[in-house]
Amino acid sequence: MSEAAVEESLAPAAEVGPSAEGRSQWAAAWIELRHKPLFWISAVLIVIFVLMALFPHLFTHTDPRFANLAQAREKPSLHGSIFGRDNQGRDIYARTIYGARASLSVGVLGTLATTVVGLTMGLLAGFFGGWVDSVLQRLGEIFFSIPLLLGGVLFLYKFPTSVDAPLIVQVLKIVLVLALLGWPNIARLMRSAVMQVKPADYVQAARALGARPSRIVLSHIMPNALAPVIVVATINLGVYIAAEATLSFLGIGLQSPAISWGSDISDASGLGLIRAAPNMLLFPSLFLSLTVLAFILLGDAVRDAFDPKLR
Amino acid sequence: MTDIAEDVSGIGRRWEPGPDGLLLDVRDLQVEFRTREGVAKAINGVTFDLYEGQTLAILGESGSGKSVTAQAIMGILDSPPGFVTSGAVEYCGTDLLKLPEAQRRTVRGPEISMIFQDALSALNPVFPVGWQIAEMFRKHRGMNRADSLERAVNLMERVQIPGARQRVKAFPHQFSGGMRQRIMIAMAIALDPAILIADEPTTALDVTVQAQIMQLLADLQDERKMGLILITHDLGVVADVANRIAVMYAGRIVEQADVFDLYANPAHPYTKGLLESIPRLDLKGQELAAIGGLPPNLLAIPPGCPFHPRCRYAQDVCRDGAPPPLLEVGHNRHAACHFAQDVLAEGVRQ
Repeated sequence: MSEAAVEESLAPAAEVGPSAEGRSQWAAAWIELRHKPLFWISAVLIVIFVLMALFPHLFTHTDPRFANLAQAREKPSLHGSIFGRDNQGRDIYARTIYGARASLSVGVLGTLATTVVGLTMGLLAGFFGGWVDSVLQRLGEIFFSIPLLLGGVLFLYKFPTSVDAPLIVQVLKIVLVLALLGWPNIARLMRSAVMQVKPADYVQAARALGARPSRIVLSHIMPNALAPVIVVATINLGVYIAAEATLSFLGIGLQSPAISWGSDISDASGLGLIRAAPNMLLFPSLFLSLTVLAFILLGDAVRDAFDPKLR
Repeated sequence: MTDIAEDVSGIGRRWEPGPDGLLLDVRDLQVEFRTREGVAKAINGVTFDLYEGQTLAILGESGSGKSVTAQAIMGILDSPPGFVTSGAVEYCGTDLLKLPEAQRRTVRGPEISMIFQDALSALNPVFPVGWQIAEMFRKHRGMNRADSLERAVNLMERVQIPGARQRVKAFPHQFSGGMRQRIMIAMAIALDPAILIADEPTTALDVTVQAQIMQLLADLQDERKMGLILITHDLGVVADVANRIAVMYAGRIVEQADVFDLYANPAHPYTKGLLESIPRLDLKGQELAAIGGLPPNLLAIPPGCPFHPRCRYAQDVCRDGAPPPLLEVGHNRHAACHFAQDVLAEGVRQ
């Protein structure tokens, strides 16, 4: 417990004014987070990247797909294009900015999908136990045993994306793979958290006061079992962004003309290009690393804030 | 704060007690736990009744089956491993054990309610206490947020939580043990139940706070004519509050009597042992009379009277056959002992 919380619990009841708004696990975690520089650094980075993904024209007015071969592999300069131009004379700065959308949507949607599926499966397994638990556990283990990238490569190789497909379809396909292979991770966590919470007296008390099973699960078990899942989901976000970049790098993720950091890195790694135009490789990689780093840092900070033993 | 009581009772219960005020009639209740090690017979034929405004204390050591009795009445036994194998729990003439779960749920809370030993763990840590009390009104009475929260404040005031209006949004860990137990009580009485089961309500509290909580329970019971079942292992707690006492041992009621009779002159050697093992200031310096031995393993309850290995009255008749039945041994009192009359005649050490 933080110092402030201790002080507050020591304060006599009569002096507790309206300012002493209650503080849950969540509120306590927030107070803890507020004092962490790492949290603020990662949060600011994430806000910038999210803005980039939502409103790329805030950062650039250049068309990322406009190619002028006369300007191919132009070096970065303050007068022309600050990150330089790529092999086909496209502005690398604009491409990097526009690439955030694909990467972040894969990350966010992938995390949402795995978390929703994993959470539901974990809740069911943990709450009902017995054969439901066994079936879901075995099912999870099947998917768990397939490595994320290998499974992704196989799936996307077997069901290739057509170049004409709109970005969202391409993204959703990758999200589907991630969700399919990623949910057992979350489900396991959720299951063990639910099993810890289930025998708690307040769950018994809720039953004794006439709560329905659905209410017990949603309002008493889930909120108390959610903390570890949130932490892992935050870290997973970075992992999924990296996975998308890897798949795109291998040429089976997002397809041009869709712009993504992964496919730009792939383009930049062509034979001889690394020496001829290192800026092509540098900037998308830098942004990718920063994004993944920001989410992993955030996950770390959130984990520390939720774990009272680390305070 | 009397307006709450009027207000809530105005809603009217669907269940009416019998003409003599009989609320609960538990007959020959048997519960067993089927574990990997074998079948533990936690309750072996418990019979008692409860009238409006009556306080029944169920007294016993850990493992004597008192909490399991409460869970079986509430229908919140963890099943598996716990199973009610026979018996009846009649509430206002209806056997609750035969009701489907959906109907039974409507009894829990509005009709029969329960408070737990450790109020910290019995309150959900992630929600404000006011919200949790108000939930009773929202879910069972369909009230809106504002009205239900107002009710919650009234209830918190009724259970004497200082600054209730300011503290309605505070979380359970911000309250002391006694205050948390008051909040638990507020939740349990929110819907004006006919029966309140208190499972060791004061065990986790300081002695001074214990007295306040017991007084609060007694007041509330007086005010609402609730039937109160008080489960405890503490003889001191029940003396002031209870009308009747049922003493449990190894899943059986071994003695049942009005509180005064039982304290003055126990009819079962176990009760006698319990009373004599209370440290007393006027007997300072003398050796404390403890009951020798341990409570029986429920997986292997000894044949005959389950208390015989620890009993100084035990004869051959106690060691074999069926356990002694609960028989009338005096006016309105029962004991399950072959030598009840001898124990009565001897009296408790004064």
